[in-house]
Amino acid sequence: MRRGMLRWASSRRLPATRLGLTTLVALLLAVGLAACSPEPSAEESTPRPVVIGSKKFTESVILGETLRLLALDAGHPARHRAELGGTRILWGALLSGEIDIYPEYSGTLVREILSGEDVSSPELLEVALAARGVRSSATLGFENTYAIAVPEPLAEQLGLQRISDLREHPDLKLGFSSEFLDRADGWPGLRQRYRLPQTRVQGLDHDLVYRGIDAGHLDVTVVYTTDAEIARYGLRMLEDDLGYFEDYQAILLYRAELAEKAPDALAAFRRLEGAIDAPTMAGMNGAVKLEGESEQAVAARLLSEGLGLAVTVSGQGFWSQLSQRTLEHLGLVGVSLGAAILFAVPLGVLAAQNARLGHLILGITGMIQTIPSLALFVFLIPWLGIGWLPTVVALFLYSLLPIVRNTHAGLMDIPVPIRESADVLGLTRGARLRLIELPLAANTILAGIKTSAVLNVGTATVAALIGAGGYGQPILTGIRLDDTALIMQGAVPAALLALGLQGLFEFAERWVVPRGLRLKPSVGVRAEADPDPERPGA
Amino acid sequence: MLRFEGIFKDYGGTPALADVDLEVSEAQTTVLIGPSGCGKSTLLRLAAGLIRPDRGQVWFEGARLDTGSLRPARLRMGYMIQDGGLFPHLSVRDNVALMARQLDWPRERREQRLAELADLVQLPTTMLARYPIELSGGQRQRVALMRALMLDPDLLLLDEPLGALDPMIRFELQRELKAIFARLGKTVLMVTHDLAEAVFFGHRIVLLRAGRIVQQDEPRVLLDSPAEPFVAQFVAAQREPQRVLLGAGG
Ligand SMILES: Nc1ncnc2c1ncn2[C@@H]1O[C@H](COP(=O)(O)OP(=O)(O)OP(=O)(O)O)[C@@H](O)[C@H]1O
Ligand SMILES: [Mg+2]
Repeated sequence: MRRGMLRWASSRRLPATRLGLTTLVALLLAVGLAACSPEPSAEESTPRPVVIGSKKFTESVILGETLRLLALDAGHPARHRAELGGTRILWGALLSGEIDIYPEYSGTLVREILSGEDVSSPELLEVALAARGVRSSATLGFENTYAIAVPEPLAEQLGLQRISDLREHPDLKLGFSSEFLDRADGWPGLRQRYRLPQTRVQGLDHDLVYRGIDAGHLDVTVVYTTDAEIARYGLRMLEDDLGYFEDYQAILLYRAELAEKAPDALAAFRRLEGAIDAPTMAGMNGAVKLEGESEQAVAARLLSEGLGLAVTVSGQGFWSQLSQRTLEHLGLVGVSLGAAILFAVPLGVLAAQNARLGHLILGITGMIQTIPSLALFVFLIPWLGIGWLPTVVALFLYSLLPIVRNTHAGLMDIPVPIRESADVLGLTRGARLRLIELPLAANTILAGIKTSAVLNVGTATVAALIGAGGYGQPILTGIRLDDTALIMQGAVPAALLALGLQGLFEFAERWVVPRGLRLKPSVGVRAEADPDPERPGA
Repeated sequence: MLRFEGIFKDYGGTPALADVDLEVSEAQTTVLIGPSGCGKSTLLRLAAGLIRPDRGQVWFEGARLDTGSLRPARLRMGYMIQDGGLFPHLSVRDNVALMARQLDWPRERREQRLAELADLVQLPTTMLARYPIELSGGQRQRVALMRALMLDPDLLLLDEPLGALDPMIRFELQRELKAIFARLGKTVLMVTHDLAEAVFFGHRIVLLRAGRIVQQDEPRVLLDSPAEPFVAQFVAAQREPQRVLLGAGG
């Protein structure tokens, strides 16, 4: 039976290698597309959900989750694309309409997003935003800016109330996050404005600052005004009596069209204006970061306690969450890898046929490989937006090099006598490639695909930063919350997926690599009776 | 049928052939012989269009080989590379029948031809399903010979076709091949190291030395009236061991 099949397969024009590779690509694309298809089909009858974005730090995620619950409470479908990287990504996504609303800070808006424009008055700001189809809410009631903090007992002892009071105590030990130490609007400016005399100033990581204070190595540091740790470590924030620090009021930025498209949801969102004060926000941050509550639970409590809304929260079960992430991850890997094989193998063939073109192709694909993934995402976002598409494109680009390089190497390594034998038989160029060269290079090509697949699974975890989901989501959240178990929820399945793919390719070898190349010479030689003429002493 | 005119060929500085003029006549066997490295394989590769001469021309059937497509000419040639050059990923059957399948020969015709050739080179038909790696050196050489003969080409270019065979099979195959060449009127250009084989096959023997033709003649003439001392030396060197061995044994 098996022999019959083999005979059939080998009597066709399609050689096994191409059949095997084609099947592999079809399989990858099918799995990938199947994995990411359910999303668009569900949207037919219900109104388009409001899409909420948030940055990749806890406060932003809590606010995003609050917005989602508000919309749902108002009867409008809503989706929260949590932890989408930083300001550039969110602002870009808002402009392109991929998200409708996200929480931002007034200082960031004025100094980063609209830097270089005259937005010195609220009216000018409104005009500048309107020109981009964007509006801003009023403040949510708190600001998240820098503040100088001192442990309560020390502040009590020295009578410190205002930053100016520090001038009288030149011996205090100061420790600041490295960022604050360097920024022009950080320590250098502060010292000048207040004419601070301290010389013992240390730079360290923001998270270590609290430990330094706790251990008594530091007396004075800089905090964000809604840091949960302020209450926990018993710090007193000193009044900025000379008004040095910029205003970083929490606001909502949303697309102007929301007023017509989802007035109900927008009205609900705006109930947050003035509804959250700094201690409340710091408390919520603490509940998530220090007590391990979910953002959703904290947001629901805010709505019930602060706004008197009864919101029910429905957590997603572990397994349904895992299967969703698996589907998302498979979708990314399958489509990008499948497309990469389709492109990279022909590119490798071209490179092998023409040395000069080969240099160019290998050079370009190699260069792409050196672009950091985050930078590549930032490049792609203006064209492709956020989420699935730019991620697939980036993964596709990263997958090219190993496949192109191995295809090229596999073809170049074919011994000259074999190439010449094929030529002299009168095979056309195409037939030679199809029947002789590709099958002989199959092993190497497959190894390249395997490398790409494993790299791809790893790189795809970064995609959570631009809202493509997958196993990167729990990793990202885990890093944010310093929660190893959560990181494992992403890292372990990603590792298993990589191993599984590797296994799949080992299995695929049976179809892709011709049998004659899989035989080992030691077990293979079954010479007939003829005696070895060269045996010594015969 | 095949003609070399004023051929010069260098491999990056080292001359491999110099001033070679040679006519390979129709329905005759021409044997190239000479010391290792004298340019025999190079001449054969020129005939197959695998390399181009630096100077001079190769003519096949009245047309220059380096202009236009080589494919029509190659479909009329059978070429057997010195070390076989079998495709490791194809079974013996597929190695031999590859081109026939490309030319859409029906299955029965292919199988019939395979059986004929296997019989000719004394390869057991059970070997047809094996892969090159599962064959001995001599068996591989016989498969390569089958592949060269498969399409029944007019011109055969054979580079030491019987070099790795054991003496018994070699002896039988020499006779079979010679009979076939004669019966079908094949034009053959063959390389060998073995003077006896050259004499046996050759209507004409071409002796090369360091890229130049030293003498080309009928076997008898070459043996009896060497054109220069080198020819005599070459002939003597091939005969000497036999004489010494026989003398010592007797
Ligand atoms: N690809 C190549 N590059 C450089 N030099 C080559 C190449 N092929 C052959 N040569 C050189 O050209 C000369 C002729 O080689 P060729 O293979 O024609 O010899 P030959 O007569 O077939 O020898 P043998 O009897 O050992 O097969 C030799 O000196 C060899 O080293
Ligand atoms: Mg040779």
